[in-house]
Amino acid sequence: MSWRALGLPQHFPTLVAAALVALLSLIPLGFIIGVAATAGWDHVAALVFRPRVAELLINTIWLEGLTVPISVALAVALAWVTERTALRASRWWSALLVAPLAIPAFVQSYAWNGAFPDLSGLPGAVLIGTISYLPFVYLPVAAQMRRLDPALEDNAASLGKNPGQVFWMVVLPQLRLPIAAGALLVGLHLLGEYGLFVLMRFDTFATAIVDQFQSAQGAAANLMGGVLAICCFVLIGIEAWTRGDRRYARLGAGAAHEPARYRLGAWAVPSMALLAATIGLSLGVTLSTLVGWLWIGGLAVWNDGQLWASLVQTIVFSLIGAGVTTLLAVPMAWLSVRAKGAMPRWLEAAHLYAGALPGIIIALALVSITVRVALPLYQTAATLILGYALMFLPRALVGLRSSMAQAPVELERAAMSLGKPPLVAVWRTTMRLAAPGIAASLALCALGIGNELTGTLLLAPNGVRTLATKFWAVSSELDYVAAAPYAVLMILISLPLTVLLRRQAERALSR
Amino acid sequence: MRLRVFLLSLLLAAAAAPSYADDGIVVYNAQHEALTQAWADGFTKATGVKVTLRNGEDMDLANQIIQEGDKSPADVFLTENSPAMALVDGAGQFETLPKDILDEVPANFRPSSGNWTGIAARSTVFAYNTDKLTADKLPKSIMDLADPSWKGRWAASPSGADFQAIISAMLALKGEDATLAWLKAEKENSTAFRGNTAAMKGVNAGQVDGAVIYHYYYFGDQAKTGENSKHVALHFFKGQDPGAFVSISGGGVLKSAPHKADAEAFLKWIAGPDGQAILRDGTSFEYAVGKEAASNPKLPPLDTLEAPAVDPSGLNSKRVTELMTEAGLL
Repeated sequence: MSWRALGLPQHFPTLVAAALVALLSLIPLGFIIGVAATAGWDHVAALVFRPRVAELLINTIWLEGLTVPISVALAVALAWVTERTALRASRWWSALLVAPLAIPAFVQSYAWNGAFPDLSGLPGAVLIGTISYLPFVYLPVAAQMRRLDPALEDNAASLGKNPGQVFWMVVLPQLRLPIAAGALLVGLHLLGEYGLFVLMRFDTFATAIVDQFQSAQGAAANLMGGVLAICCFVLIGIEAWTRGDRRYARLGAGAAHEPARYRLGAWAVPSMALLAATIGLSLGVTLSTLVGWLWIGGLAVWNDGQLWASLVQTIVFSLIGAGVTTLLAVPMAWLSVRAKGAMPRWLEAAHLYAGALPGIIIALALVSITVRVALPLYQTAATLILGYALMFLPRALVGLRSSMAQAPVELERAAMSLGKPPLVAVWRTTMRLAAPGIAASLALCALGIGNELTGTLLLAPNGVRTLATKFWAVSSELDYVAAAPYAVLMILISLPLTVLLRRQAERALSR
Repeated sequence: MRLRVFLLSLLLAAAAAPSYADDGIVVYNAQHEALTQAWADGFTKATGVKVTLRNGEDMDLANQIIQEGDKSPADVFLTENSPAMALVDGAGQFETLPKDILDEVPANFRPSSGNWTGIAARSTVFAYNTDKLTADKLPKSIMDLADPSWKGRWAASPSGADFQAIISAMLALKGEDATLAWLKAEKENSTAFRGNTAAMKGVNAGQVDGAVIYHYYYFGDQAKTGENSKHVALHFFKGQDPGAFVSISGGGVLKSAPHKADAEAFLKWIAGPDGQAILRDGTSFEYAVGKEAASNPKLPPLDTLEAPAVDPSGLNSKRVTELMTEAGLL
């Protein structure tokens, strides 16, 4: 059958599939709007405009206002030292700076809590937030610095600018995009994180929502979710605004030469000190604390059936979740690459936005909706998988899109002209060529799911305990030693993530 | 087509994941996991009936049971505190228990309705740092902690079901105005920790002078290494004070229970001599409530605590949440 005969585009079925997935993605936002609309203005006003919400908002502003600038400044300084100076073994330093990605923020917080019990409140939240999320800024900034066209710097220098002026006037403006993107990631993670702030005894919207939800599943939790969602959109708006629309790519033909590396000279000692201090804080404290607890626990803590059962459950859920997420992303990825027009752009935006929302909002929406209109799905594995899919759809989409773009459309057409139906043609050509990208998407989603805590706490069905939720239950009793093996397993299964993300950051800029 | 096989197996696995083995009973458990696991293991050993636990918090699971209505897969609901039981009972979802189960526990440790029963009990205490406070400086009543002189000196875990149960008793004993005023003072005066263990640890480290928690956190830590309670002593308010509230952990069988007979047998086993002996001999340090059941000898006897008389079925968790939201604690 030809859809063209009906006046519809040839890829109509794919468009429908992508639209259905986009509708799923819109569930959380629709839910919040629905709650606000049905609760009645007086009720909304009483639950939103109250001192507690103001207090949480002020906490959030302080947290973001301190953590994001500190992370950016630190990341730029560190990237400069590792990428543009004659530092020895700079690849190793760089790898160590990215390594904290393998440690979930709530594990960092738990280790610091054990090592320094007095660390709490805003200082603790800012410190742990910075060391946990620094790689999100460092990675893109360092990758960009490596690719800067040194001709611009040479020109500025030849016009009499000293290295400091060159950095401010030429280098920094070119880092604008990676800084904005990295800062947004840090900001969104801070809004969504739950475990870190519970252990640091710092109240944010995420912690307050869980508290309310666990006390009474009323409108108060949902409306705070609405305020949190607005905070997310404000951050996205700020990012879009700071990104600007200036052009930074070179115009003419030719390739940039390898940038010169500055000699550190008198700066060698302070630079090394900065590197060592950052790595000591972001890896040293947590790893040494964990090793200490493992030593105390001995072999006994590993001889725990629940530990291995939760590892198996984590792996099963990660794989299924990643498979479903990637599958759901395929129609949109194909459309993004092959179809033109406003419709695919809107559908793509709907796919991507849910990834910016904290897991707690997605989970809250799914719990409340399944309870009211889809009870057979309530507290089932299917709902948990759907929650994971919404959270990680953007990850899958971005990976798929770039690898499908590299498959020539002519192959699909040739297959169709040889009599294959369109879906089979795409399956046998583009999807096969995109296999490495599909594998990377699967891995990225699986690793994200493996460490997910907040959404899983709310959505996990009877008897399901992932490493993250089991770790959370044990560490809530402050049984540090018993929790240590869970933390170590989570770090081990996250290690491949750091490698993948690092490779992705480098590739994203090479196009 | 290895990819196709892979994707197909993923789908199959997804379809298979929700179907759990349908033998034995499902327990929605808000009690400490270790304790309920010990009960479940003992029961399975004695009867051969398997027990699957769904672990969560009191209110979390109570709300879930209400949402699930008569389609709930739960057979038994066990809590740490009474308000969550009262909530489910108020929704009419508990089966009235047979007399032989009720008879395992004296009338003062179960609700008048007979729709659920007590399975264990815990006493409110003021855990204090022995370097910072001496016996003569302790608060006489929990109500004294609202006094400005206590500003910045005490802690609690207001987001937890334990603390909210204490407030529900205060609400029943002192009324709404006094409770709200006290909660507002708490917001001013106290430090909010998450979890009683964390609060006790804060006391031990001298971050605060004292904390309102339950007794067994102290005894549990003492029985292990004592590292979180080295500088801690317990003050029992006594004298029928709201702060002397003894909270009853409840157990009930759901009307909708798919395995009602086994569910009732499990509850009877917990409330009976075998289950109560686990409270005496284990490391939970919660009080036993069964007739003639002894508690752990390390604990001060339950009948010396001068607890106020509160009907557990009248505890109103919904109103407590509203008052705490109004006071800015939630």
